Amino acid sequence: MSGYNFAYLDEQTKRMIRRAILKAVAIPGYQVPFGSREMPLSYGWGTGGLQVTASVIGPDDVLKVIDQGADDTTNAVSIRRFFARTTGVATTRRTDEATLIQTRHRIPETPLREGQIIVFQVPIPEPLRWLEPREAETRKMHALEEYGIMHVRLYEDITLHGRVATSYDYPVRVNGRYVMRPSPIPKFDNPKLDRSPALLLFGAGREKRIYAVPPYTPVRSLDFEDHPFTIETWEQACGLCGSRESFLDEIIVDDKGGRLFVCSDTDHCERRRDRTR
Amino acid sequence: MYVAVKGGERAIEEAHRLLAEARRGDPSVAEISLAQIEQQLALAVDRVMTEGSIYDRELAALAIKQARGDLLEAIFLLRAYRTTLPRFAASEPIDTASMVIRRRVSAIFKDLPGGQILGPTFDYTHRLLDFDLGDGNGDRPADDVTEQGEISSEPMPRVVDLLDREGLIETEEAPDDSTPVDDLTREPLRFPASRGMRLQNLARGDEGFLLALGYSTQRGYGRNHPFAGEIRLGEVEVEVAPAELGFAITVATIEVTECQMVNQFKGSATAPPQFTRGYGLAFGEAERKAMVMALVDRALRSRELGEEPQSPAQDEEFVLYHSDNVEASGFVQHLKLPHYVDFQSELVLVRNLRAERGVSPHS
Repeated sequence: MSGYNFAYLDEQTKRMIRRAILKAVAIPGYQVPFGSREMPLSYGWGTGGLQVTASVIGPDDVLKVIDQGADDTTNAVSIRRFFARTTGVATTRRTDEATLIQTRHRIPETPLREGQIIVFQVPIPEPLRWLEPREAETRKMHALEEYGIMHVRLYEDITLHGRVATSYDYPVRVNGRYVMRPSPIPKFDNPKLDRSPALLLFGAGREKRIYAVPPYTPVRSLDFEDHPFTIETWEQACGLCGSRESFLDEIIVDDKGGRLFVCSDTDHCERRRDRTR
Repeated sequence: MYVAVKGGERAIEEAHRLLAEARRGDPSVAEISLAQIEQQLALAVDRVMTEGSIYDRELAALAIKQARGDLLEAIFLLRAYRTTLPRFAASEPIDTASMVIRRRVSAIFKDLPGGQILGPTFDYTHRLLDFDLGDGNGDRPADDVTEQGEISSEPMPRVVDLLDREGLIETEEAPDDSTPVDDLTREPLRFPASRGMRLQNLARGDEGFLLALGYSTQRGYGRNHPFAGEIRLGEVEVEVAPAELGFAITVATIEVTECQMVNQFKGSATAPPQFTRGYGLAFGEAERKAMVMALVDRALRSRELGEEPQSPAQDEEFVLYHSDNVEASGFVQHLKLPHYVDFQSELVLVRNLRAERGVSPHS
């Protein structure tokens, strides 16, 4: 695209963001403040992920963009097009072909491998935010490893509801140190974070924070011995490919309570169907 | 049967086409020109320049046209363009004392050197719709246009500088030149924020948000007894001193509105009773914005002045994190994006919780 640098951001800005990423990789789970730029997309629509992707993408990368696990949701289309226009790199819908994946709200079902980078779009990076609105306070709490308040909250859930009533953006502890928000992925995806062979990068544009989980880093979802962490399960299988292992979206098909459950990961679903064809 | 939601790309293209059509409106009505927007919707241009933080009337007019008159969208367009521009220098501080004045009023002295200049203001207009201003009648000359020459050419010292001479108002030390200028658009906001960062944030901040906050201080939520010490509007020169030259050269002349609020302060253990300041500055004619910015600036100084911060307008994180309308508008509107996955997780959870309580599906 003429008039703009490769991947839109100028090289100075990319360098600043890469420095923040390096720091984030060196301190897994720690939120690094960075000079987030105004992007040509709205705040809250993936500007953090966009800046991280723009800073690490190279001409040989193969990019996949998903939103809700799907390649063809409007915002995924819009972001993929943005990078296709500003970089000219190859794009793909296949998880195994991609070297770089930008995602909102899901981790693909196909296991990630070494050398891949997955970039998460983060709305609110601070795991303690709903418990303490002040940034000056929460930074102190992280510094002092003062996470009791989070355990109390989970405990209160159990006393009130018999279980932890958090279903997405479920808090994790990274490398035994920082409590981190995995971004609003369903807790179903949390186990995929643990010792992932891929590099996980998290970008929060509006909140101006970057954090990371380097490959093979232990990531533990917070729980209690007598109330171990569990993930969502469905009685149904995917109505299109029959998968019983993937995260299912629910679709209302009529006004009489008819429901269809289908894989949220469209690539996973299509490839399973291809195989049986 | 469920048909996978495909064709997002085509839908987006069609949406863009419809938007372009809606922007143009009825093609039998003449297209609006940028010059018309610049000249006749000048205050919209001023607001977009201020909150878009770039002084360029033509670009602001273009943004307003492209945004169909939605000023927040226009501000966003301008910001997204601004971020791609190189930053080659920080200007010298502008000298508002040597402003070429178009308007200058003080609410605290009846008369003062340079006098009171009403200038172009809505203040004493009666808000009666002027039906004669309808199409084609806008060109009639205003009644009794006075000669510009009546404005005094004598210097107009700033009111706060006059008070300063008596020691009645706190002195403000300019940081020395060795301190680099903070840049909110290049560095993340940290707390406590420097005054520079705070003023940049307020200058870019949403006028409506700051108006409500400033108003709340007047109604008792962080009251600090403000007086409009001075409001001045006019042109100032922007100077840059390139390192290789060693002296300052004028690179632009811009119009700004400045407001200095003078606020009561009873003194503390370390400071004698004196007046304190709140400061507001905006591009173009933006008096309301400059005034509320000054009110909120003063409210945010509470901690520094030893006042117990108790109200929203005094809460630095609350104000500075929520003032930016580009950030706020984006995050509020991102709720339109698909949330199928999170919602599905919540459905699973709520169904489980209901089942455990023995609630049947249809009760």
